[in-house]
Amino acid sequence: MMEIMEGSHAVAEIVKRCRPQVVSAYPITPQTHIVEDLAQMVANCELDAEYITVESEFSALSACLGASAAGSRVYSATTSQGLALMFEVCFNVAGMRQPIVMTIANRSLGAPLSIWNDQQDSISLRDSGWLQFYAEDNQEAADLHMIAYKVCEDHDVLLPAFVCFDGFILSHTYEPVDLPSQEEVDAYLPAFTPYQRLDAEEPLSFGMYATPEYYMEFRYEIDQAMRRAKEAFIRAGREFGEQFGRDYSALVEGYRLDDADTALVAMGSICGTAKDAVDEMRDAGRKVGLLKIRTYRPFPGPEIAEALKGVSTVAVLDKNISLGNGGAVGTEVKSALYGSGAAVYDYIIALGGRDVRKRDIAAVVDLAEKGEGDMFYGLRTEVL
Amino acid sequence: MALRIGCAAPPGRALENKTGAWRVFKPVFDPETCSRCGMCALVCPEGCVHETEEGTFEPDLDYCKGCGICEEVCPKKSIRMEKEEK
Amino acid sequence: MADVEQGCELFSAGHRACGGCGPALAARLLLKATGKNVIIAASTGCMEVFSTPYPETAWGVPWIHSLFENVAAVASGIEASLKKQGRSEKVVCIAGDGATFDIGVLCISGAFERGHDITYICYDNEAYMNTGIQRSGATPYGASTTTSPAGACAPGGNPLPKKDMPAILAAHGAPYVATASIAYPNDFIKKVERAINTPGPCYIQVHTPCCTGWGFESGETLAMAKLAIETGLWVNYEMVNGVVEKAKKVRRKPVEEYLAKQKRFRHLFRPARLDAEIAKIQAIADANAERFGIDIKVKEPSE
Repeated sequence: MMEIMEGSHAVAEIVKRCRPQVVSAYPITPQTHIVEDLAQMVANCELDAEYITVESEFSALSACLGASAAGSRVYSATTSQGLALMFEVCFNVAGMRQPIVMTIANRSLGAPLSIWNDQQDSISLRDSGWLQFYAEDNQEAADLHMIAYKVCEDHDVLLPAFVCFDGFILSHTYEPVDLPSQEEVDAYLPAFTPYQRLDAEEPLSFGMYATPEYYMEFRYEIDQAMRRAKEAFIRAGREFGEQFGRDYSALVEGYRLDDADTALVAMGSICGTAKDAVDEMRDAGRKVGLLKIRTYRPFPGPEIAEALKGVSTVAVLDKNISLGNGGAVGTEVKSALYGSGAAVYDYIIALGGRDVRKRDIAAVVDLAEKGEGDMFYGLRTEVL
Repeated sequence: MALRIGCAAPPGRALENKTGAWRVFKPVFDPETCSRCGMCALVCPEGCVHETEEGTFEPDLDYCKGCGICEEVCPKKSIRMEKEEK
Repeated sequence: MADVEQGCELFSAGHRACGGCGPALAARLLLKATGKNVIIAASTGCMEVFSTPYPETAWGVPWIHSLFENVAAVASGIEASLKKQGRSEKVVCIAGDGATFDIGVLCISGAFERGHDITYICYDNEAYMNTGIQRSGATPYGASTTTSPAGACAPGGNPLPKKDMPAILAAHGAPYVATASIAYPNDFIKKVERAINTPGPCYIQVHTPCCTGWGFESGETLAMAKLAIETGLWVNYEMVNGVVEKAKKVRRKPVEEYLAKQKRFRHLFRPARLDAEIAKIQAIADANAERFGIDIKVKEPSE
């Protein structure tokens, strides 16, 4: 049923329908509305879950780990500083192969402190073994949670996932969202069947330590699981399309790419603005398209190369920076396009919530086509 | 042998590690003077002191590390640590 | 006949603890108290490392290790999950003093403040032993550790007092808080049984001397634990709803008898006796005796 609602609320409503048994929550702007909504749902007997008001994000994810290992589907949400505090636990959760789904309401990292959006937080954990899905709008944000649980809990995968949606830009804006019913969600996402769990009937020791004799092979297996996640995502996305009419069976999605000479590459809500900019540029006769990356991890390198065949200029919009070496997405796209002959440029844009308008996207295309790239776009040189 | 997901393992494998090889001193139990109090079995950090059919106690030398706690706690001084001849 | 379970060792031999390890004994005794229907959450530390090098686990019950400092948070999650699933396993945390007094304080405070039905057992060997004997918040005044070593500018070793963790957790409203010692194994077992059967967050701090870290012969582990109690430097007591109910009484021995037997206090005697430092340690024991009323009253001789 289509309803206009705040992004955070849409996420909370979908999470409720995914029936987590344990929710652990620590508030941090701009995720707070999600966890507040969930608390109200529990208080109203709408959500049958144990809601733990933990004492920090570090504990939030640790509690999720315990509950997941004991056999429950779990949920948490965070961003920015909170995700950074969870850093240690993130690696631990992925290594322990717990299928935890966590919303990241993307926000920039301090210092300097900023509550506004960019994607530095989740991207900085790209090595952790967590799957990463990025939503373009609030419908996708909602849908991706269902898909995430399905992919993570697949016994072929058993990895945790970040479902990322841009803080404030998506979390706090009202958009029309089609929320499925509880029955529809139950049909798509059955009850959690753990691969193994803490159980006095079948005791196991979880999280033992690995000597040099074993460590590498464990890490290899996680890497392999991450690669299998591609197929699992496509499968889950196709099933989603069949049931709900919105297809997610692609790790990347092209927009007006077919005959494009220049392609933008981006993740998240900026894709919405970029699509409008592309339409305007197309109307003016320019052959521009957009490649939206939906799954950042596992990184769809070959899929990107395939989608951008024939494109001569690529402009990557990076809402993050690997300080000293440019944007993370740009670096990885360049690697995927190695040998293709395309000119690939990386633009650091919109950090810390700086607004991006259609004319900014067009300006980036201009720069790329002139061969000027690998830069911070839109610096206020007057304050430097 | 396939790795277990999440670096997990079922019980029992520690027994493959025969820590008796660590020993320098080995305990010698004298059933004659044993009062059958069971303290030795209770406080062995390896859990490798077992009750015999007669109700006295003996060490499992596969695992005994020769720490000497049993000798120290025995109220009858019925256990003696001896340098082991290898 | 003592309370011995034949053939039911839920903590098996073959683990890699030092011979004479206090914590290893605590692990064995703990599982005698809990039986099979338990889930153990462990922190990184000596006990975790010596009992679970993949794939050789010594644990015969479900056991989980996550990180160094988050065992109480992990246990909170397990407890919540079991509650939702209607399962009966007891949730027991086991962590060293480093993990408990220092790096884990955040998570323990949160778990206890929220009142989860868990039991938290701290095996206290009074330093970060697994990493090579560094000072923790539990290291007693005057002990030499590698990060509080005795030296010309610091002749007394550790200048800081032992943090009173039991009081801190009692202040969180924990219904049952106790100290115990492997010197009195049946007492420890009883306290664990009481804790796991008391609803709410319960805490037991069990003294587990470390022959390697404290510097004494491996066979002396229990004797050292007993001496700690007999000198008043360790008090075995129970607190119910924040009130001390029972403390073990002793005929007190001077602290020097305890200190002289451990290499970690050797600097108090050699190259020269540091009488002032020893007196300070005696004062700590005296204060404990006063606070908990542990001195057995000697009958005045009648006329």
